Amino acid sequence: MLQLQILLPAVLNGLATGAVYALVALGLTLIYGVLHIVNFAHGSLLMLALYGVYFLYTLLGIDPYLALPIAVPLMFCLGYALQRSVIATASHGREENILLVTLGLSIIIDNLALYFWTADTRTINPSYAFETVDFGVAFIAVPKAVSFVGALAVTAVLRLLIQRTDLGKAIRALARERRGAELVGIDVDHVYAMSFGIGIACVGAAACLLLPSYYVHPGVGESFVLIAFTIVVLGGMGSFAGALVGGFVIGLTESLGGLFLGENLGRIGVFVIFIAILLFRPTGLFGQRA
Amino acid sequence: MKTPGLLALAVLLALVPLPLLVQSGFWLQFAIFTLYFALLGQSWNLLGGYGGQRSFGHAAFFGTGAYAAAVLQVDLGVNPWLCLGLAGLFGAAAGGFVGALSFRYGLRGSYFALVTLAFAEVFRIVADSVPFTGAGVGLQIPLRQTAANFQFHDKAGFYAVILALTALATAVAWWLENSRFGAELVAVRENEDAARALGIDVNRTKLWAIALSGALAGFAGSFYAQYFLYLDPRLAYGVEVSVTALLVPLIGGAGTVLGPLIGAVALRALNEISSTVTSGAPGLNLVLYGALLIAILAFLPDGLVSLIPRLYRSRLRNA
Amino acid sequence: MLEIAGISKRFGGLTAVADASLEVREGEIVALIGPNGAGKTTLFGIAAGFIPADAGSVRFADEEILGLPPHLVARRGLVRTFQIVQPFASLTVRENVAVGCQLHAGSRAAALGEAAEVARRVGMGDLIDRPASALTIAGRKRLELARALATKPRLLLLDEVMAGLNPTEIVELLPLVRAIRESGVTLLLTEHVMQAVMSLAERVYVLSDGRIIAEGPPAAIVADPRVIEAYLGRGAAQRLSRGGHA
Repeated sequence: MLQLQILLPAVLNGLATGAVYALVALGLTLIYGVLHIVNFAHGSLLMLALYGVYFLYTLLGIDPYLALPIAVPLMFCLGYALQRSVIATASHGREENILLVTLGLSIIIDNLALYFWTADTRTINPSYAFETVDFGVAFIAVPKAVSFVGALAVTAVLRLLIQRTDLGKAIRALARERRGAELVGIDVDHVYAMSFGIGIACVGAAACLLLPSYYVHPGVGESFVLIAFTIVVLGGMGSFAGALVGGFVIGLTESLGGLFLGENLGRIGVFVIFIAILLFRPTGLFGQRA
Repeated sequence: MKTPGLLALAVLLALVPLPLLVQSGFWLQFAIFTLYFALLGQSWNLLGGYGGQRSFGHAAFFGTGAYAAAVLQVDLGVNPWLCLGLAGLFGAAAGGFVGALSFRYGLRGSYFALVTLAFAEVFRIVADSVPFTGAGVGLQIPLRQTAANFQFHDKAGFYAVILALTALATAVAWWLENSRFGAELVAVRENEDAARALGIDVNRTKLWAIALSGALAGFAGSFYAQYFLYLDPRLAYGVEVSVTALLVPLIGGAGTVLGPLIGAVALRALNEISSTVTSGAPGLNLVLYGALLIAILAFLPDGLVSLIPRLYRSRLRNA
Repeated sequence: MLEIAGISKRFGGLTAVADASLEVREGEIVALIGPNGAGKTTLFGIAAGFIPADAGSVRFADEEILGLPPHLVARRGLVRTFQIVQPFASLTVRENVAVGCQLHAGSRAAALGEAAEVARRVGMGDLIDRPASALTIAGRKRLELARALATKPRLLLLDEVMAGLNPTEIVELLPLVRAIRESGVTLLLTEHVMQAVMSLAERVYVLSDGRIIAEGPPAAIVADPRVIEAYLGRGAAQRLSRGGHA
């Protein structure tokens, strides 16, 4: 068995990475897990938000964490507008076409980013980037610790939103029975768009919490998409707590997989999990029904 | 219904003497890539258009065929023409593998699409890590330009091969439109339970479709390997292949014989136009592809082929 | 020809069918009736192989078919229609029916030719090249029937074939159903439309809360107090016989 000195940091890192993955997946849980909008553009929108936060830092000097009040509402508006104007109309409301429309969006966004901002990898180096939090046996970087806390916070906020607010009630009604929701007077198009907006707002928050310890280039979206979907399905389609746990599982899988199989092969774990879940246990770890 | 299929074959037949008529290498190259797109698109069309099972990971079959062809000739000295045939078999096997798992566990719609993407990624990572594929460095096929070696100094040779392959794929699509199996496949696409109630073995039908689709994708992969003489995991199993495979028929008209041909011409033409207009800026032609996909879905969901009413009987899909 | 014995099926906590048995002899028209939610469609689904049963047996033409997948059941000649019609929406009427013909026809061309014949028998001759999505409910019901007939079934399970039709359409469909029996097909149908049951069925089974509670000729069934109670509630039979209302 590997020594604890090697294993423990890998585990801690996996959990920290997992928290970030969870942040990205939480928005998708609402969009896809609850409302079955198969948002293939989720990763691309994350990439867009990362660039946004990046430019806010490099051009205006705004620290990513302080950019939260800017990024979150902006991304919300973007999400709302996209769902209302593009996705809903182009797909004519049919689920199989939503996947294709969002695929088209992701292609457009990814390649516009490539054109305008080139393929260069960009990072920021805020002062706290290399400070660490010491746990005695191991330590993790401050930004990663912040994302960990951030993931927990966003999960809590989303749960409150869904369980306690009127909007949350409307969303749940819509998710369960669209016709019925229409009949009781819920503005279906508006609620879909609100949910999408909230989901993308989460992506904005994720970008702010992610950039200090990560990087951005146009291909980043592509690498996050399947991971996000895996977490949503693993966590049980619509369960925020499930997505959080799922994020940790995936983060750990990647970290430990990389440790035991090497960085390349280690990534296979995530996709194998995705396939396995869909084939054998589509309800995920926490969910009702896939 | 017979007309579009025969028209397609007629068009392809008319294209045979192209290398003799055309002096510029540009048009020959354009034709080769267009036919290659059409082959890839027709492969997806069998499963996704006629069968209604839309895969996002067709690269899994393409790449398996490509690597099979490359590895067999480079490491085992198998005749490259034989490798072409074997690539089809390997592609079919990859299709069968993915299909056997996915269909047995009842994956449909978006789940099927995502799971095929996951399979393609798994294959890519394996290819990236395993020595006999050359891992990340990739695989090179040694240059030996003789016809017997399936390499041609004059592009006309490649043109002939891709024309033949595309004609084969088109013939398969035409056969689907007129055969019992094709009718069963379409029934499965429209309504699985109703198909079962009429005696159709739904899973077996889908399995045959994905194997057939995989075989054609394998041929496309083998051609790619022979043309460029280089493969790496990204080129073989990457998302770009999968996206091309689905863009071509969806834009041209899924579930029709002519659709992939029209879609291939449209996409290649768009490519050329955008290259000249933007003087080769990276990524812009893909932006146009994405925009075209959304536009088609929004305004012309049955594809470009539906613009030609005489060739296309409206299918009223949105019923 | 068809012997259903002791079939039980639970969905989680809900017992859909409990120890149900019925029998259909060759050439008969038998009806299965019962209040909504009684389990009729579930029983059909089990007989045709779409839903697994927890217990019991289904014998068709002296062969145990419980557990066979739906397409094998259909190939043996036991064919069902669906309560909510399931047309192949983007195909024409002819193409829809041809899929059914293909079970026996040698080639696609032969199937398409035969399909025209079957469509005519069912009264859809002038609609042959219409897309199925353009049909009315009544048209779709006929299409469903034609498609099932095209498979040359020995026994047809008709699941509420009259549902959603107006009185004229019902009257027009009745002779067609009889003609199907005359042509040698045995029929087991579930129905809510009592007019159809009374005029078509030779024997009737009544299913309530998953159990068979009565069996007999239509006239006897309608007067059976247990049946009245199943539909109208406890004590209704008594109140009716006392000359009052239910």
